[in-house]
Amino acid sequence: MKLKGSQILLKMLEEEKVDLIFGYPGGAVLDIYDQLYKSKIKHILVRHEQGAVHAADGYARATGRVGVCLVTSGPGATNTVTGIATANMDSIPIVVFTGQVPTTLIGNDAFQESDITGITRPCTKHNFLVRSVEELAATIKEAFHIARSGRPGPVLVDLPKNVMAAETEFAPADIKIRNYDVAHKPVPKKLAQVFEMLNHAKRPLLMTGGGVILGRAAGELSELARKYKIPVTGTLMGLGSFPGTDPLWLGMLGMHGTYHANMAVSHCDLLIAVGVRFDDRVTGTIETFAPNAQIVQIDIDPSSINRNVVVELPIIGETKATLKDLLQFLAEHKYIPAQEARQEWLGEIALWKEKVPLTYCQNGEIIKPQYVIETLHKVTNGDVIVTTEVGQNQMWTAQFFKFDKPNTFITSGGLGTMGYGLPAAIGVKCALPGKQVVDIAGDGSIQMNIQELATAAQYNIAVKVVLLNNGFLGMVRQWQELFYEKRYSHTDMTYAPDFVKLAEAFGVVGMRITKPGEVEEALRKAFAIDKPVLMDFRVSREECVYPMVRPGESLADMDLGTREMIN
Amino acid sequence: MEKKEHIISILVYNKPDVLARIAGTLGGKGYNIESLSVNTTTQYEISKIVMTSIGNQATISRIENQLQRLVDVISVEDLTNVESVHREMALVRLNLTPDKKDQIKKAVDDNQWKVIVSNDNYVILEITGDKAQLDLAMARLEPLGIADITRTGLVALELKN
Ligand SMILES: Cc1ncc(C[n+]2csc(CCOP(=O)(O)OP(=O)(O)O)c2C)c(N)n1
Repeated sequence: MKLKGSQILLKMLEEEKVDLIFGYPGGAVLDIYDQLYKSKIKHILVRHEQGAVHAADGYARATGRVGVCLVTSGPGATNTVTGIATANMDSIPIVVFTGQVPTTLIGNDAFQESDITGITRPCTKHNFLVRSVEELAATIKEAFHIARSGRPGPVLVDLPKNVMAAETEFAPADIKIRNYDVAHKPVPKKLAQVFEMLNHAKRPLLMTGGGVILGRAAGELSELARKYKIPVTGTLMGLGSFPGTDPLWLGMLGMHGTYHANMAVSHCDLLIAVGVRFDDRVTGTIETFAPNAQIVQIDIDPSSINRNVVVELPIIGETKATLKDLLQFLAEHKYIPAQEARQEWLGEIALWKEKVPLTYCQNGEIIKPQYVIETLHKVTNGDVIVTTEVGQNQMWTAQFFKFDKPNTFITSGGLGTMGYGLPAAIGVKCALPGKQVVDIAGDGSIQMNIQELATAAQYNIAVKVVLLNNGFLGMVRQWQELFYEKRYSHTDMTYAPDFVKLAEAFGVVGMRITKPGEVEEALRKAFAIDKPVLMDFRVSREECVYPMVRPGESLADMDLGTREMIN
Repeated sequence: MEKKEHIISILVYNKPDVLARIAGTLGGKGYNIESLSVNTTTQYEISKIVMTSIGNQATISRIENQLQRLVDVISVEDLTNVESVHREMALVRLNLTPDKKDQIKKAVDDNQWKVIVSNDNYVILEITGDKAQLDLAMARLEPLGIADITRTGLVALELKN
């Protein structure tokens, strides 16, 4: 059967079971949009290409499937870069299709030409420029395979206009792709070593990261922890991979981690880290990270191992398969934790927790942002998918919302992209229309992609925006308060739109909440509305995120904030 | 850990931008490439890249891991610790100025350097050898006045198989 490039593209998307594309048209992709016009595949028209990529990324994080977007050449393509870099840092499987000028014009600085494969080379897992229609089908198949296999990541496919118009014989069954990735099988010898280490350990600790969620290994991780009573801490990306309401859960570690999680890391004698890469926000000063511990690191990507922290026992393998094998090994060899030592260790952790609990003080007439987040958990019973923006809103969410399930906390961890949360929430809601989806936002971040409210309104994508409006670029202000003697250089955001009117102008329900007593009712009301809603919570302006490991300090030396906050 | 020169042999798919990916990955992560040579193998779709980089074992392992992540990289091997043979080549032009002419001719004879072009004005020599041999030749050529020089990157082949 002879088909045009644009037809082959859509056929291949159907092959890959793509049901939804986030995109924005333009000259170089007119042929493709013409095919979409006749296609069953649903297309969501975003209002900015960055939004398309974040939405595809949110879709991928919520479902574990590959998210897809489609944009035009030149500025359409360059607008995707922040989204791609965001997905790349967090290893999220997406495929981004960009239009390109005809191959005959490439290199001529043609109208709306950009070397998008060159630009995105360092921030994609891989990218392709399709030079002929004959290689199109295999390239698309390969792109999806690369995006989702091994350590996942974004793949960009650049589609010159003439390649989309050209015809070729098409037979999907014949497409062969090369195998690029060897999944390592864990070596029994290493499992025996873990067994030995566990036998000797008095203070073991599990540390879970994004790799556990991406590798769908949350069940195995939980089994390991619960069966053998090993306490668990996690990175920002790992939240949800172990139930946040389980007594063994210590909360997040790192810069804004809980006191007891950081103390546990600092005092443990065995740290089993799964699917983490020891980012600097997690470790504090490297030299003082887990100083008493032997570290076992399980990861699919050899480049994550021994990069930041040198570990005693690296195990390269898929997190799920490795944990499964480990569980089996421990069961077969009848591993029994030493009761007394384990009780002592858990008791010690409980004391740290009692000494410095995560807390805040909701009194008076001003809403505390943490209170909004806790009330959100209460109102939804935790049965909601949460995206965040970046800054204090993100950290308070990580601290105060108890995530029980994987793929329910969706945040830009590695790149820290303001403007991520709203389009990501749209992507999530499109993927899982039966779920409640909330973007917990700051007033700075929300303005970075606020145009996507129009997308939500157009398709009635009923996301809820919980705007923690403090009139500041809060997290930057916090650093200015702590490290620059309160010189608030360019962080005051008091000049802002009326968010309620703005929401309404977009066709979104707007609500303003100014008193603590109104918080719960407002949230209940918003969740009862089957429409996108923006709730403008006027919160305390100069609240800080505590506790905090100051830059250059070790995890054991946390700044706990003022006493008033702690009690 | 001791820093030294490592020879890394990389098999890659012969794609248009594979070299840019490798150079970009290493450059972007702050690793240095000392020398580089690239060519096709007996299979047209596969190329071999031999690069050298100076670092301690941990740094070199990180380089290998970063390269291994690239989709177009088939295999990466550090040849430093396996038995292998190494060669570099230099093309050197020496001008036959009246004051150096005899000295140059004598040196070419004594060292049995291979002359590939010779005329009244200059000679072009081809020097091939391992790094030590090339360094020695350079030391001997220096006083003769090197008018121009091109050196290749190092190529290497393991002894096994
Ligand atoms: C695109 C982008 N630009 C700048 C920053 C730096 N930055 C990190 S947090 C932050 C402040 C965020 O303010 P806001 O969205 O109001 O959230 P808050 O911290 O007040 O909760 C800024 C500017 C960033 N992370 N992303």
